[in-house]
Amino acid sequence: MKRLMSFGIVASTVLAFASPVLAQTVFVSTQLRPIEEATVVREELLQDVGDVDYVVEEPPQFAVRMEAERQAGTRTVSLVGALHGELSPLADRDSLEPLDDLAKTLAAGGMPQSLLDLGKLGKSTQQYIPWMQATYVMAAKKEALQYLPSGADVNALTYDQLIEWGKKMQEATGQPQIGFPAGPKGLMARYFQGYFYPSFTGGVVRTFQSADAAAGWEKLKALWAYVNPNSTNYDFMQEPLAAGEVMVAWDHVARLKNAISAAPDDYVVFPAPAGPKGRGYMPVVAGLAIPKGAPDKDGATKIIEHLTTPDVQLLTASRVGFFPTLNVKLPEDLDPGVALLAGAVTATQASKDALISLLPVGLGDKGGEFNKVYMDSFQRIVLQNEPIADVLKTQGETMAKLMTDTKAPCWAPDAKSDGPCPVE
Amino acid sequence: MTKNRSWIPYLLILPSVAFLALLFIVPLLQTIWLAFSDNGVPSPANAQRMMADINFTRSVKNTFLLTIAVVPVQLAIALVMGTMVAKVGRGRETILWVWTIPLGISDLAAGLVWLSILQNSGYFNSLLLGLGVLERQASWLSYQTPVALFFAIAVAEIWRGTAIVMVIIVAGLNQVPKEFREAAEIFGAGPWTRFWRITLPLIRPALQSALILRTVLAFEVFAVVYALGGRNFPVLVGEAYTWQNQNQNYGVAAAYAVLIMIISLAATLIYLKAIKVDPERLP
Repeated sequence: MKRLMSFGIVASTVLAFASPVLAQTVFVSTQLRPIEEATVVREELLQDVGDVDYVVEEPPQFAVRMEAERQAGTRTVSLVGALHGELSPLADRDSLEPLDDLAKTLAAGGMPQSLLDLGKLGKSTQQYIPWMQATYVMAAKKEALQYLPSGADVNALTYDQLIEWGKKMQEATGQPQIGFPAGPKGLMARYFQGYFYPSFTGGVVRTFQSADAAAGWEKLKALWAYVNPNSTNYDFMQEPLAAGEVMVAWDHVARLKNAISAAPDDYVVFPAPAGPKGRGYMPVVAGLAIPKGAPDKDGATKIIEHLTTPDVQLLTASRVGFFPTLNVKLPEDLDPGVALLAGAVTATQASKDALISLLPVGLGDKGGEFNKVYMDSFQRIVLQNEPIADVLKTQGETMAKLMTDTKAPCWAPDAKSDGPCPVE
Repeated sequence: MTKNRSWIPYLLILPSVAFLALLFIVPLLQTIWLAFSDNGVPSPANAQRMMADINFTRSVKNTFLLTIAVVPVQLAIALVMGTMVAKVGRGRETILWVWTIPLGISDLAAGLVWLSILQNSGYFNSLLLGLGVLERQASWLSYQTPVALFFAIAVAEIWRGTAIVMVIIVAGLNQVPKEFREAAEIFGAGPWTRFWRITLPLIRPALQSALILRTVLAFEVFAVVYALGGRNFPVLVGEAYTWQNQNQNYGVAAAYAVLIMIISLAATLIYLKAIKVDPERLP
């Protein structure tokens, strides 16, 4: 009896601690997570590069997993694909392999040097290779264009015009027709950080509780009267657009793509509106990096080389709606939906009042709480109608504490800071 | 041989005790420490942060409201179903089997089922549009319709969680000796009197277990609410999830976890005191 039990205990311990045998190159990514996109990666983008195990991970878990593997000293992951801001804490802990040789080859092959420099994350060596890029745009059903206020150019909208447009659509259809992804998994926080705040205040952190910000929130409240109340349930805007619940929406290009690709003739895609300080927009760069101590460095290098070939970059663009980092011309026969999105991205970048806002950097695992500051302000000011000044004051204190705790310096469009980014 | 035998029972439960200690008590203590420490020193910072959060009061209120609305209804429905099925002869098993189907569906799936019914382009709106009751799609699950949202979540929870109460109640009803009822009938007791005076007191142990189980589960409600209400209807477990997952603040998440545990323990104690079970009727 005793023998049997001790055998059982030994056996279960061995089973619990034995690490699985790794025959594949493990590629962990926080991008292309939805099942359709992950399937495209597995079945199309990663074909012919050997045995790759493509694993998707939510950004918070990704950070936890990478840190746990680093602390344990045992790496299972050979290649990571993540956003600029998600890779930056890894580089801060010095846990990424330098990729300078790869970067040199790619620079020669037509990857813009400015983009490659982003991948250095402020260090002297190349920390990641830019993999694909995207941004956020607005999309509208063509039938909504008839309600556009007179004199308004859809490619150069202002907030006042958007409000006017929303009002007209609501009067005509009896229902609010503008939608935002403010659901639990929606990217609404990015709207505040990359679009709303830069457009109204010219900053993100420094100007958080300024008078400009208060005026901006007033505008947003006015706009919200014409926003579909289901917005607080929307995660991806392609579904409510396709289902006809809203006619105009703002979201990440990849989260609009399905609706637009399915019926490209029904939609127009255009830049987000401009505020008094310009047309804020947030470019999103995803990169590929190899963690230090990766079990299959060669396999990972091979995958990076494969994913940054012109053919695969174009395939990525047409299948999942992320744009190439290589300087390649999008082909004529590109998926018409993706072409529409690409047009809006170009229009945003080329607009005279464009104001770049970078993804937050240096917040480490506090990125979620940083988003929460904006979402809480939104909930209190817009949804619960609390006094703007009070909310901005208390949320500003939370933000200031977050900045001192993380010692994160300012990023564009905020002016550079010596220490932690101050909330003025 | 007899000498040895006295400790055999202890030896036999040792693995499960060790298992519990390893996988339950250790994480429990770790969670409590996580909740009441900050950078390795004891501190109430996490609890304060939790209570100062904008969603805290709402999540406590919502969780309690939901529990108060859902549990009594579930108990009543389960009692009715249990008594009904007691009279059925043939096909009893089939009826019970059909009634327990929601038990086999995961919380989240149940939430999604109800979402497909109640969302703007869902079956419910289609039905109302078809009947001409509505002119255009109505939204039932938005922050502007808190009452409809609450009602939707409560209905989904009742649909999903009544089966488990019924299973326990049916088991309890099966143990009520027929003789008692027959004796009462002979003395002229009507169906109501029999139910109140005989059945209910005799199924007390079952009632107690069912109430404890359902109430604790109601305090831990999450997936159905998440599917239907998202951020619009904060509940305690949802907040713990958000703090852990989205905000990456394990301390505040642990504070929520400890709070949920305290509430659940308190509810259990109240039931143990309020619904006394005779010691000889305990298993």
